[in-house]
Amino acid sequence: MASSYDHEDVQSQSQVDPLGYDPNYVPDSVRTFVVHLYRHIREKNVYEIHQMYESSFQTLSDRLFKETPWPSVDAVAHHVDNDHVFCLLYREMWYRHLYARLSPTAKQRIDSWDNYCSLFQVVLHGVVNMQLPNQWLWDMVDEFVYQFQSFCQYRAKMKNKTEQEIALLRQYDQAWNVYGVLNFLQALVEKSMIIQILEQEKEGLEQFTATDGYDYNGGSNVLKVLGYFSMVGLLRVHCLLGDYHTGLKCLLPIDISQQGVYTSVIGSHITTIYHFGFANLMLRRYVEAIREFNKILLYIYKTKQFHQKSPQYEQILKKNEQMYALLAICLSLCPQEQLVEETVQSQLKEKYGEKMNRMQRYDDEAFALYDELFSYACPKFITPSAPVYEEPLVNYNQEAYRLQLKLFLYEVKQQQLLSGVRTFLKVYSTISLGKLATYMEVDDPTLRTILMTYKHKTHAVDSDGKIGSNADVDFYIDDDMIHVIESKPTKRYGDYFMRQVVKLEGLMNDMDRVKLD
Amino acid sequence: MGIPKQQPQQQYTVEQLLALNPYNPDILPDLENFVNEQVSSQTYSLDANLCLLRLYQFEPERMSTQIVARILVKALMAMPAPDFSLCLFLIPERVQMEEQFKTLIVLSHYLETARFRQFWDEAAKNRHIVEVVPGFEQAIQAYAIHVLSLTYQKVPRTVLAEAINIEGLSLDKFLEHQVANCGWVLEKSQGKGQLIVLPPNEFNHPELKKNAADSIPLEHITRIFPILG
Repeated sequence: MASSYDHEDVQSQSQVDPLGYDPNYVPDSVRTFVVHLYRHIREKNVYEIHQMYESSFQTLSDRLFKETPWPSVDAVAHHVDNDHVFCLLYREMWYRHLYARLSPTAKQRIDSWDNYCSLFQVVLHGVVNMQLPNQWLWDMVDEFVYQFQSFCQYRAKMKNKTEQEIALLRQYDQAWNVYGVLNFLQALVEKSMIIQILEQEKEGLEQFTATDGYDYNGGSNVLKVLGYFSMVGLLRVHCLLGDYHTGLKCLLPIDISQQGVYTSVIGSHITTIYHFGFANLMLRRYVEAIREFNKILLYIYKTKQFHQKSPQYEQILKKNEQMYALLAICLSLCPQEQLVEETVQSQLKEKYGEKMNRMQRYDDEAFALYDELFSYACPKFITPSAPVYEEPLVNYNQEAYRLQLKLFLYEVKQQQLLSGVRTFLKVYSTISLGKLATYMEVDDPTLRTILMTYKHKTHAVDSDGKIGSNADVDFYIDDDMIHVIESKPTKRYGDYFMRQVVKLEGLMNDMDRVKLD
Repeated sequence: MGIPKQQPQQQYTVEQLLALNPYNPDILPDLENFVNEQVSSQTYSLDANLCLLRLYQFEPERMSTQIVARILVKALMAMPAPDFSLCLFLIPERVQMEEQFKTLIVLSHYLETARFRQFWDEAAKNRHIVEVVPGFEQAIQAYAIHVLSLTYQKVPRTVLAEAINIEGLSLDKFLEHQVANCGWVLEKSQGKGQLIVLPPNEFNHPELKKNAADSIPLEHITRIFPILG
């Protein structure tokens, strides 16, 4: 189990050859790049910024900086009037590139933290009047949380640390401190007033979603959109800590049943739904998880070809696979196939059909499969506290993951008899307790507990404390007689008609615009 | 359902602290006091307790296992909500190995799998853990009745007795109260003793389930307002 869970870490342990890299050498193409990017930012030309950020930066990285960092900020600063904010942004990209392609040292991790602190301070104090692409702003929040997670994993591997590294960690104990990370995200949410903005938008008093968060009146979108994405950041951090309830609470201001700014960037869309689904899975709200996984998997299926050239493509594919694994788990615990669209269903069958059959059996092999799928698809849990340096140094980077896995498998064990009972219920409309007990080879009182467990486990409690049934096969007992009710999937015409109304309107608008000769 | 559930607390100051600064280590003592207050005043705040467990998670050296135990007992009392698991997700495994927590985990397991007889037996052996928290028995009885109401239209008296751990005359009195206040009905079954008719709900009377399947929420309709107008 640990092997698949750990695979992200093995990618590049190789150190850069320091001789091949001169931080002060600025190739012409890089100079042009920063000069133009700086100009576009000053001119608030979001389109051009986005082009340079998404493609030029990648192209240059591929061509010139495959195995080395970009030139140091000091070497480019004089090309951009030593602009403080631009230098912070440049450094943010510099570290992001370093994390993606090389292996950051302890010092670099700490310096990157410092850079985020300076950058967020500037944004929080409202002196920023830029307009940046959503993609970039999302990447900032995403990378900030990623580097935090990466730091926790790094710090928890104490066994192979040099004395120097340990000295650094002790000296800079505020770097990537969990309070600091959470408070920055929280401050961005609060300072941006994004929760109020989204509230007012519902009443038509404010525009945010309609403009994708951009400000067309000369203002800046940076704080608002960073605040918005920070809610997703908080959801993710809380999931990494195992605090699913709080994570979902942080996401509440965003209505994920509708499109929003979070869907304007594919990475943010996927991160939101992946963590939303995972948290619901851990809260036993399987139906919610299945619904959202189904929607996003269908969306990825339909749109992934457009992202083939994007730097996020590999991440998209990976999260796609992980969400199929989570969907397989949800459906094994809560067989609600009718919630899953055909395309997703057939993909799922292809990937996990055979495993899902075996997971129904709840024997040792089945548990091994739950273990395998969970370990493959779960977030990279972290232990947020610093090690006790006085004690013998041990690796504790797997501790948080082991705990979540153990508790999840515990839940699976509690549900192990339910699939058996379900199989019997499916073929009867009424059956006496005694008869079912004989079939299941248990005594009467045990059967009663199994049936009550079935009821308890298939009735989820939502965030308002309301009970809802997740069961596809339900029943009630009248004295000694079990009456079975199989819920038939109801066709949802309402949504279909709504979509057609909108579609027709669009079509008629298009036709109005056509001028006939 | 007759037996009062834990009331959500209207505690102004701690709620305010939580809203203002949920990631502040300085509120840890306030949250600990608040746990004790929840115990003595029979109130409950999951958000506050999770916040405290989170602070313990960030600074394990400040953890009080006595407070953690109280939080867990309170979480058991919040069944059928998954609060107990939510708390466990935040408590390090080595802490969960302590005897009192092992006991609580076993108790939770019995409740999760509706094995009420084993639960009451185990609880009786561990009074020192659970009886610290007033209202414990009533809260678990409320949970048992909840599960019975999901499952049964008519439940045999013996099954009910076992689930809520009340027998004989006390049970008669309890039933009398439920009949008077909660719409329970007592029935004689053919030679097998008493049957209790539990009040109908959408889970034990599926025909009561509102057909919400094809209704459209208003927010969705608002999207086509401009078109309809």
